[in-house]
Amino acid sequence: MEAYFDNSATTKCSEQVKEIMVRAFMEDYGNPSSLHRKGMEAEAYIRTARERISRTLKVSEKELIFTSGGTEADNLAIIGAAMANRRQGSHLITTRIEHPAVSGPMRFLEEQGCSVTWLSVDSQGRISLEELANAIRPDTVLVSMMYVNNEIGTVEPVEEAARIIREKNPAALFHVDAIQAYGKFVIHPKKIGIDLMSVSGHKIHGPKGAGFLFVKEKTKLKPILFGGGHQWGLRSGTENVPGIAGLGQAALEAYEEFPQKQAHLCRLRSLFLEGISELAGARVNGAAGAFTEDPAGTSAAPHIVSVSFDKVRSEVLLHALEERGIYVSAGSACSSNKPVVSETLKAIGLKGQQLSSTVRFSFSVFNKEEEIVYCIQTLKELLPMLSRYTRH
Amino acid sequence: MFRAFLIKYGEIGVKGKNRHLFEDALMQQIRYALRTAEGEFQVTREQGRIYVEGLTEFDYEEALEHLQKVFGIVGICPVVIVEDEGFEKLCQAVISYVDARYPDKQKTFKVNARRARKDYPMDSMEVNAKLGEKLLQAFPEMKVDVHHPDLMLNVEIRGKINIYSEVIPGPGGMPVGTNGKAMLLLSGGIDSPVAGYMIAKRGVKLDATYFHAPPYTSERAKQKVVDLAKIVAAYAGPISLKVVNFTDIQLYIYEKCPHEELTIIMRRYMMKIAEHFAKEAGNMGLITGESIGQVASQTMQSLAATNEVCTLPVYRPLIGFDKQEIIDVSEKIGTYETSIQPFEDCCTIFVAKHPVTKPNLRIIRRSEQRLREKIDELVKTAVETAETILVEA
Repeated sequence: MEAYFDNSATTKCSEQVKEIMVRAFMEDYGNPSSLHRKGMEAEAYIRTARERISRTLKVSEKELIFTSGGTEADNLAIIGAAMANRRQGSHLITTRIEHPAVSGPMRFLEEQGCSVTWLSVDSQGRISLEELANAIRPDTVLVSMMYVNNEIGTVEPVEEAARIIREKNPAALFHVDAIQAYGKFVIHPKKIGIDLMSVSGHKIHGPKGAGFLFVKEKTKLKPILFGGGHQWGLRSGTENVPGIAGLGQAALEAYEEFPQKQAHLCRLRSLFLEGISELAGARVNGAAGAFTEDPAGTSAAPHIVSVSFDKVRSEVLLHALEERGIYVSAGSACSSNKPVVSETLKAIGLKGQQLSSTVRFSFSVFNKEEEIVYCIQTLKELLPMLSRYTRH
Repeated sequence: MFRAFLIKYGEIGVKGKNRHLFEDALMQQIRYALRTAEGEFQVTREQGRIYVEGLTEFDYEEALEHLQKVFGIVGICPVVIVEDEGFEKLCQAVISYVDARYPDKQKTFKVNARRARKDYPMDSMEVNAKLGEKLLQAFPEMKVDVHHPDLMLNVEIRGKINIYSEVIPGPGGMPVGTNGKAMLLLSGGIDSPVAGYMIAKRGVKLDATYFHAPPYTSERAKQKVVDLAKIVAAYAGPISLKVVNFTDIQLYIYEKCPHEELTIIMRRYMMKIAEHFAKEAGNMGLITGESIGQVASQTMQSLAATNEVCTLPVYRPLIGFDKQEIIDVSEKIGTYETSIQPFEDCCTIFVAKHPVTKPNLRIIRRSEQRLREKIDELVKTAVETAETILVEA
């Protein structure tokens, strides 16, 4: 049996996504900027994608900027907002558990003279609203926070954060990295009070190399790519028509029969957590561990579970599972020559051996219950064997 | 401007009656190295010289880069070849050569003429003097300096006439294939590819063995070793790489033997298995990247302990090298960047905190007695299930 449980890394493309992309590549291959019919045909794909996505977010079609993916969307939001609002200030706020696509540009801006406040998180990976409130200053121009943490699945209190920002400094912009959240939760950024929001296509059964940034109307933002002035000057470059078409299709599908899909994911997670609880030496990290007290699933994303296994190195477990057709992610890649320690896992208080023995399982609507059963069964067989041979 | 290279080779020239064998091997290696370069080439030999001529348009830089990886080549001279149409024509050819090659004429020069063909109407001294004169007339800024010239203008009068002024260094060594074949124990580290390179440089063809331990080592670690073999193969020619699954042997040793001795015992079995493949393929020795004292398993005592299981000679070209010296070579040959990719290799996964550094052979042998029950079977399986990958540059 094959069980792909690395859906937070990337997902398989849906059939219809593939079909619309093939059409955009092979039939309607025009440049959307061209004045002739071929150009119009290509442009129609982008219009459709805009329509489809804006409907899922309840935003205007003009509030979407297509990018090359999540990383570019995050970079555009953070660097673009900092540059556009320099006169108002140069203080930014983010958290210690952000994806490198956010912490990277933040560090770049620090080098350029901005000051950045890095919010800490509790053992479940959640920020403290009080700390956020205290961090906001008159010269704060941007607060950037992820909706769902990609390593442990914890949901951040985005709505409350938005309210606090509005109270303390209404001029500060609020950016949300929703890359692991879009398609898993219904998100209406304008209702919440989000100014900028990043989404990636390949996490929702769409293509790699396509994503978007929601930019609320009248938000002051500078481009980070310059050229032909496409997309209202905010993102120059001929639009990736097949990618955008695929992204639009994926967004449409993600919110079709949404309650059923969400329930399916929750069922997979419950089944998985139940199985994990029977394994000796296994510990669930983040908010998913407290899932039983939160059946509505608002504190943890339904598709990410991070587990630390006593005495088993994550990389070894990953390869052992791989040999049996199960694909997961090592929370923290750790080899003898060059340890790469996860900032998120450190921030939630994992120590020493736990850091190098953490594995992430991430599900999608394509997964089946029997795959979960097979995975738990396989873990039951593997763990005793693997924990017997360890480095002394 | 260059349509050809003149290849200079060093040691081969003095190999007496075997000389043609070495020259044949060198020509074959040159043809092999150029097979992936753009264009078609003709490799010929004439009076103790090897010429590489482009039959079609070719990329000069690329061809040069490929030639610089052929062992046995001491120097590569980009050469202009002209027909012998009298001394006047020759002077014109030399003048236009200098003009095109050296736009800045503030230079000292010396003409170094040689006649392989003694029926040429002038002798070398005369050619030197007359050509020098013509050059001075053509470029008054240039000066003659017979002791330390900026440019040494070589004019070789053979069937045709060769004009060249540059010698680009080659890697030296001997053509691969002229000194037998040996089995390289290739890990993913910095040292073993360098060791392979150095032995190949002496004309030895390489085979290689790699041990992996899934799930403790990953597919990427294996890919890294294939990538390294590919880089070495650009110098050494195609390498037949054996990939041995070592997991069961390793776990069995882990279970039965004292933990501090794990690495030594493991390495003894690796040597045995590599030697098995070496003998099977007609190799005349084993090659390792060991250097005295680098790690616990490379002390004099440990080396003696691993050496003892082999009957073939074990070549350790890096034995007296410091780590930095090895790194320098690996950077030069282009393996360093690949070697430092952080993947676990099977020597380190179960390494003890305090491995023995002075293993006592008697004790090691006694520990190995505990493996009696299953080890032969496990070794047999590892040998039988080994995968063979032919790696070409």
